[in-house]
Amino acid sequence: MPSAIEAHDLAKTFKGGVRALDGVSFTVEEGSVFGLLGPNGAGKTTVVRILTTILRPDSGSARVLGHDVAREPELVRSLFGLAGQYAAVDENLTGRENLRMIGRLNHLSRPVAARRAAELLEQFHLSDAADRTLKTYSGGMRRRLDLAAALVASPSVLFLDEPTSGLDPQSRIDLWEVIEGLVARGTTVLLTTQYLEEADRLASHVAVVDHGRVISQGAPAELKATLGATVLEIGLSDPGTAERTAGALASISQKRPHVVGSSVEVPIDGGPRTAMEALRVLDQHDIEPVTFTLREPSLDDVFLALTGRVTESEPAEGSDGADGAERAVARAGARR
Amino acid sequence: MSAPGAALVAPAEARVPAGTGERFRWAVTDTLTVTGRNLKNYVRIPESLFFSSVQPVMFVLLFRYVFGGAIHPPGHVSYVNYLIPGIFVQTVAFGAVATSIGLAEDLQKGIVERFRALPMARSAVLAGRTVADLVRNVFVVVLITGVGYAVGFRVQTAALPFIAGLGVILLFAYSLSWGFAVIGLSAPNSETAQVMSFPLLFPLTFASSAFVPVQFMPHWLQGFANHQPVSVVVDTARALMLGGPTASLVWQSLAWTVGIVVVLAPIAVRRYRRRS
Repeated sequence: MPSAIEAHDLAKTFKGGVRALDGVSFTVEEGSVFGLLGPNGAGKTTVVRILTTILRPDSGSARVLGHDVAREPELVRSLFGLAGQYAAVDENLTGRENLRMIGRLNHLSRPVAARRAAELLEQFHLSDAADRTLKTYSGGMRRRLDLAAALVASPSVLFLDEPTSGLDPQSRIDLWEVIEGLVARGTTVLLTTQYLEEADRLASHVAVVDHGRVISQGAPAELKATLGATVLEIGLSDPGTAERTAGALASISQKRPHVVGSSVEVPIDGGPRTAMEALRVLDQHDIEPVTFTLREPSLDDVFLALTGRVTESEPAEGSDGADGAERAVARAGARR
Repeated sequence: MSAPGAALVAPAEARVPAGTGERFRWAVTDTLTVTGRNLKNYVRIPESLFFSSVQPVMFVLLFRYVFGGAIHPPGHVSYVNYLIPGIFVQTVAFGAVATSIGLAEDLQKGIVERFRALPMARSAVLAGRTVADLVRNVFVVVLITGVGYAVGFRVQTAALPFIAGLGVILLFAYSLSWGFAVIGLSAPNSETAQVMSFPLLFPLTFASSAFVPVQFMPHWLQGFANHQPVSVVVDTARALMLGGPTASLVWQSLAWTVGIVVVLAPIAVRRYRRRS
């Protein structure tokens, strides 16, 4: 299958010596969804800015639909749509005015730009708010308009930089459905996210980025397989009991049990046999589990296994959006 | 939510302007689009509307009725006639700060980032900003003409020289926009852009012939006040509106205007290119 996006050994060091990218390479097949997954400051946004011709890499090269972003930036800009935290919409304009402006700047004629704006507002359920300035929009509405703005010229490649960061769960699910609809139409999507659940749900291919490097890539299922284990998840009546259970189960696996709220997670190798052993241990300690599940590892577990750290933000890139509370919510969601 | 289908617009194709003609046409329409966007912003942000409409009127009233009685211009010119040409220039000079604030804000908020990723003319962001400021200055100048008349200002020459005077002022204002664009592109945010602009603006507008005859200033200040561009443009406008020899002054004003653009516009463009 032809590749829509190619990145070759991209490197970028910012003023002050921050090495944002340290040799990033990947290929995105046409019509697929590629997820760049990593914590704040990993370099995801820098990759998007290079691919969208906003930033020049220090070294390395990149192509969009076969066109080099450094050599033919003008042409490349006519091929993609960009939505995300950095590329803002104008909050003093109405939704309709924003979309028309983007249409005009894509050199659509005035009437076509107007009709296209109306069409997108309708499709994104923003018709009622079309003639209000963006100041009055909720976070979810703003993101929908942002996405609509990226679609004005019907691009076949779409860059979504953290499309749902800072959104409430329902708005996030709404936006996922929109993105899934675009993919069904054949649009190639590159999205960055720090929400593991999001990459898991949307992407057919994921690259895990950490400190400006791709530390692992593959289909979400392949990534999970690198863990080579199942996860035993035991729900308990309260966090105290969970702590006690984690202590009791320390010996059943080479990996350490993890307490999340009032449940315990243990990556195990032995499958059902180890599960039975775990039940015996619980019985010996008079612990009664509320739930007892064997599941495939999530991307969250993968990140933990790859880096030895849970996905926490780092101050380096600084402005990647979501604050701690939102990330906590996302992590909780990802563990569902 | 339904999936957006492509009904009206065919999938985007790789497209660059075909030849210089189309490139130029795109640059013009892109500049007009950005200009329209900037003008809507001016009208919809109360602070900026205040800045460009209420503030100049306050200056007219302040100098006409509070300070004016104490200032006696040389010759037989009434102070209100002396004042209004100065107010024109002072107001458009203050207005140039809006260029720096607007650019700094667009950079800060990510609008410029969005523009950079669109297949639009690169020049349209700066051109659209300075042209919007020119349009706003036309509005401001018309407003002050009205207010000036209401407080007693009367053109002493004729309509044509008066309009020529406004033209000189507007061209000068356009050149200042490019100068202040450099500040806007150098500041980390709009507040800093504002703070950086005023120390430059105050000596230029107040240590000039705009409000007070330069001969009343201390000797050491007269050298600066007599030869800086705001005084030259104010004197030109005065000559055109109230009478007196104009030719040499008009040339001096135009020389300043062209000089500022030639020196500062390339710096602004370079800053814009480099800033990412």
